[in-house]
Amino acid sequence: MVEHVIEIDGVSLSFGGVPVLENISLAVERGDFLAVLGPNGGGKSTLLKIILGLIKPNEGSVRVLGSSAGEAGGRIGYLPQHTHVSGSFPISVLDAVRMGMIRPGLRRIAGFGGGRDEVDRARRALERVDMLEHERRALAALSGGQMQRVFIARAVVDNPELLLLDEPTASVDSASRNSLFRLLAQLNKEMTVIMVSHDISSLASGVKSVACVNRTLHFHKAPELTGEMFKMGYGGEGEPCCPVELVTHGDVPHRVLGRHQDEDGS
Amino acid sequence: MDILHFEFMRNALMAGLLASLICGIIGTLVVVNRIVFISGGIAHASYGGVGLAFFLGLPVLPVTTAFTLCAALTMALVTLRARERADTVIGVIWAAGMALGIILLDLTPGYNVDLMSYLFGSILAVPRSDLWIMAGLACVVTGLVLTFYRGFLVMGFDEEFARSRGVPVDMLYFLLISMVGLSVVMIIRVVGLILVIALLTIPPFIAERRTRSLGSMMLLSTLLSGFFSVSGLALSYLADITSGASIIAVASVCFFISFLLPQKQA
Repeated sequence: MVEHVIEIDGVSLSFGGVPVLENISLAVERGDFLAVLGPNGGGKSTLLKIILGLIKPNEGSVRVLGSSAGEAGGRIGYLPQHTHVSGSFPISVLDAVRMGMIRPGLRRIAGFGGGRDEVDRARRALERVDMLEHERRALAALSGGQMQRVFIARAVVDNPELLLLDEPTASVDSASRNSLFRLLAQLNKEMTVIMVSHDISSLASGVKSVACVNRTLHFHKAPELTGEMFKMGYGGEGEPCCPVELVTHGDVPHRVLGRHQDEDGS
Repeated sequence: MDILHFEFMRNALMAGLLASLICGIIGTLVVVNRIVFISGGIAHASYGGVGLAFFLGLPVLPVTTAFTLCAALTMALVTLRARERADTVIGVIWAAGMALGIILLDLTPGYNVDLMSYLFGSILAVPRSDLWIMAGLACVVTGLVLTFYRGFLVMGFDEEFARSRGVPVDMLYFLLISMVGLSVVMIIRVVGLILVIALLTIPPFIAERRTRSLGSMMLLSTLLSGFFSVSGLALSYLADITSGASIIAVASVCFFISFLLPQKQA
């Protein structure tokens, strides 16, 4: 039997009478690498926050790792959207990663945190994201892409079963974006990964299934680009509009995949 | 050091140093959690408690403490429940508290309290009993912050991440606001509410740019506050000017000079 790490059933949410999500249902299998695509303001990040238990839906049920949403905090790794860290918060790279080992409950917020063992684990996480050489630097002195990798290290340092990423490719240049995706594909061997993005090119490598969210949710078992996704991502009216204007010679992995059965050809 | 022959001068020095310790620790948390505005609101609203105490003919300290804690917790509740307009509500409570204080003092027969002494304090007239209360508060604040240091660190750095890991952020937030309320009440009688806000914000701001951890930021803030208090007192003695204002003057000048001095390196 397939084990589901996330079971969302009939979830609806509205803010001040405006519906944000309508009757969403989603089951994510253990080991999946799910990309959640959709336009800005379509409710992707909200869905992620519902899974985390940060926002309570008006209707429907959410089960995460066998518990109610918000109760499995110690087993989930989370990368918030361009983390609203003040540019001057006094913290070193190593200490920022160590925060990822905080656990739910009163006793866990007491004191100053574990000793050597915690430092060793934080170092290993930094090594994974190729940032170990920067461990002593001030976090605020890093570039956007470097900071993003430190926050990924923070998300995975506690070996979570489920990794949730909100726009991981924002503020990252295209070269480090590819290495980021390689890293995520590698992490996916150990944990279920869910990645929210408004960027269709993030469908690139490693992604195993796709959910399109724009108030409603469509689940695709395979990482295929459809006209519908382009329309959602780039807001084309009627005709699906492709952002790639020209394809020329060379090795660019530009893939165009088949049309869906349930989609009436446009 | 013949200036220290006077008991009122020794008391003033002690009061300044105790206020520096409390403000160094709490001010650091106020600055990194971006609750300077709510702290200003708490400080001003406490004036309503002073008026209430005189009007009812009850002891000032307990009544002001209770009143301030109620106002502070109301503001905290509003901040958590209705984020978008929280600043407006805080502004209203801020003004309403002050107005209530002034009206109640007007209605109190035969008593004419000097508003200026609550704005700038009367550090040269601190009785010994107040020093003991401040020392007790300093122990409580230091103890609580050390006990939950890790929780405060994670909350101040990235509140959303802290929530996702199951850290009881709301509880820590109420605890922090309560400590701000208590500190403000104890210190206001001594140094005035304007000096409280100056000591809560200026030293942590200078320290944040020159330290690598929250703990060292608290330490440096305390040392800076102590320096401002001592040199401000000396200045007020030598130049025969109001002590509270002269402490703030020293702090403000250092605040602007700090922009010219080197900040921390990567």
